Amino acid sequence: MAYPGGQLSEEKVFKDPVHRYIHVRDKLIWDLIGTKEFQRLRRIKQLGTTYLTFHGAEHSRFNHSLGVYEIIRRIIDDVFVGREHWDHNERLLCLCAALLHDLGHGPFSHSFEKVFRLDHEDFTQAIILGATEVNAVLRQIGDDFPKKVAEVIAKTYPNKLVVSLISSQIDADRMDYLLRDAYYTGVSYGNFDMERILRVMRPREDQVVIKRSGMHAVEDYIMSRYQMYWQVYFHPVTRSAEVILTKILHRAKKLYESGYMFQTEPIHFYSLFAGNVTLPDYLKLDEAVILYYFQQWQEEKDEILRDLCSRFVHRRLFKYVEFSPTNEQMEKLMELRLLFKKAGIDPEYYLVVDSSSDLPYDFYRPGEEGERLPIYLLMPNGELRELSRESVLVDAISGKRRTDHKLYFPGDFLSDVSTKRATKKKIMEILEG
Amino acid sequence: MLTEHAKVMKVLAAAGEIVGRKKLQKMIYIAKKLQFPFYEKFDFHFYGPYSEELTWRIEELCNLGFLHEAKEKKGGYVQYRYTLTEAGEQFLRHYDLEMPHLQDCLQDMNNQHSRFLELVSTVLYFEHLPKEEVVEKIVLLKSKQRYTEEEIEAAYAYIKKLRGYVYSRA
Repeated sequence: MAYPGGQLSEEKVFKDPVHRYIHVRDKLIWDLIGTKEFQRLRRIKQLGTTYLTFHGAEHSRFNHSLGVYEIIRRIIDDVFVGREHWDHNERLLCLCAALLHDLGHGPFSHSFEKVFRLDHEDFTQAIILGATEVNAVLRQIGDDFPKKVAEVIAKTYPNKLVVSLISSQIDADRMDYLLRDAYYTGVSYGNFDMERILRVMRPREDQVVIKRSGMHAVEDYIMSRYQMYWQVYFHPVTRSAEVILTKILHRAKKLYESGYMFQTEPIHFYSLFAGNVTLPDYLKLDEAVILYYFQQWQEEKDEILRDLCSRFVHRRLFKYVEFSPTNEQMEKLMELRLLFKKAGIDPEYYLVVDSSSDLPYDFYRPGEEGERLPIYLLMPNGELRELSRESVLVDAISGKRRTDHKLYFPGDFLSDVSTKRATKKKIMEILEG
Repeated sequence: MLTEHAKVMKVLAAAGEIVGRKKLQKMIYIAKKLQFPFYEKFDFHFYGPYSEELTWRIEELCNLGFLHEAKEKKGGYVQYRYTLTEAGEQFLRHYDLEMPHLQDCLQDMNNQHSRFLELVSTVLYFEHLPKEEVVEKIVLLKSKQRYTEEEIEAAYAYIKKLRGYVYSRA
């Protein structure tokens, strides 16, 4: 497999705050970065609404994708080359899959996917395999090369070692996003010694394993992951913004379906509402486009859409209380819904339960019974042992898992007692429990 | 609200006890592919389609006391049994989840081995491809399970049977 132009005459470097430099020597990678589908990732934030909680979290999917590429490049060029089980002919395929693994993400993709029943991974496949600049670049290697890249990203490529570099419980994707998200949010708990982990990674037939001597570095990585999930990714304020965003999309869809005449016509949303979004439609979406509509919809006649957009744009987020949906609490929730209606607040949009399973993150799982493959340690005698069987620390945090539910509501509506005073007072009494 | 949680509980209510995490995952994936309204996102993993979102949801339901998870050691590995609790049954009464023929499909699947359901779910995962490519995928991606041609044929026949439950009586 050769790409016209092969290696660049001079190595290109990108300055990067996480890895210091991202090195590009292959013309193929350089050309992929220059495609319009890849450049689009600059306009999609890596952490969606997290910037409303951690103001530094403005980094994009573009930064992250370059970071994942760089980690894979270091693993295969500096650690794996020449080792048993590693086929160096897979090098370019790995680099491309790393660079393009998030290509199909849309704006605020978590909320969009929930509301419009989309899957960004389908769009990643469609971009790589469809009539796009990315496909044209990849095809210069060979007609079947785009398909191979798509298979690695979809985790259906026959070489499982290659897949595990991009997607496993200790992969380049997670390592980059933990370090990058910690850097941009400004928190200190996402850090771990990635250089050490890269040095102790070893290729095996089906997956990457870690030398036993590197266990403590991996423990640190697992702890970082745990801390980042609870401190950053599951942050209740970010979830409040996500709840509002989701409700905006639901409301706009409902209005469209009811024949409501928008003052600012949602041209970019039509195919989403109708459930027949095409690739060209999808590629026109980015966060600037979506935020334009939210800005404009603050002027709409529909009160709910207007209010929700104003909340999102001006960060007037919902308040929350802990909510464990036991049967007793569910009775209270039903009562709250009735009281909300009585107070003239539509509970469909203003009383929302959000659960940890609604979020797209996961913890380390030791691979019991057909779950995901766990992290294996390579013992000095050549045996492989699952990480939590060797590490007391990992065993402790991968045992009984913590889950979390919150009930979101508009505190400002309820504290305005100029109308429906008694009902709102009763609501607050129930919420404050 | 919490409707997706309720649907998972409905699976247990319809199928009775389900033995094995893998089996539970594959049953819900297959039901989703049969057009029952399950919205958990599944990816292809070492053991076939798997949903992290569903794993979380099951953990939440266990923590809330709506599902009971029993862990038992089986030789070299651990197996989990899931049942709906009384509190879970009570919770389900808040929801009106009409899913015609779900029970027939789930009870049938619950009588199958998880190894077979893994194969069925893998066939369904690749069903957009021509059959010969699906077979090739299974041979390549599931080489350790050593599925035979007869088993693959049986998986196709089984999918047809399940679709029969859903469509012939619709």
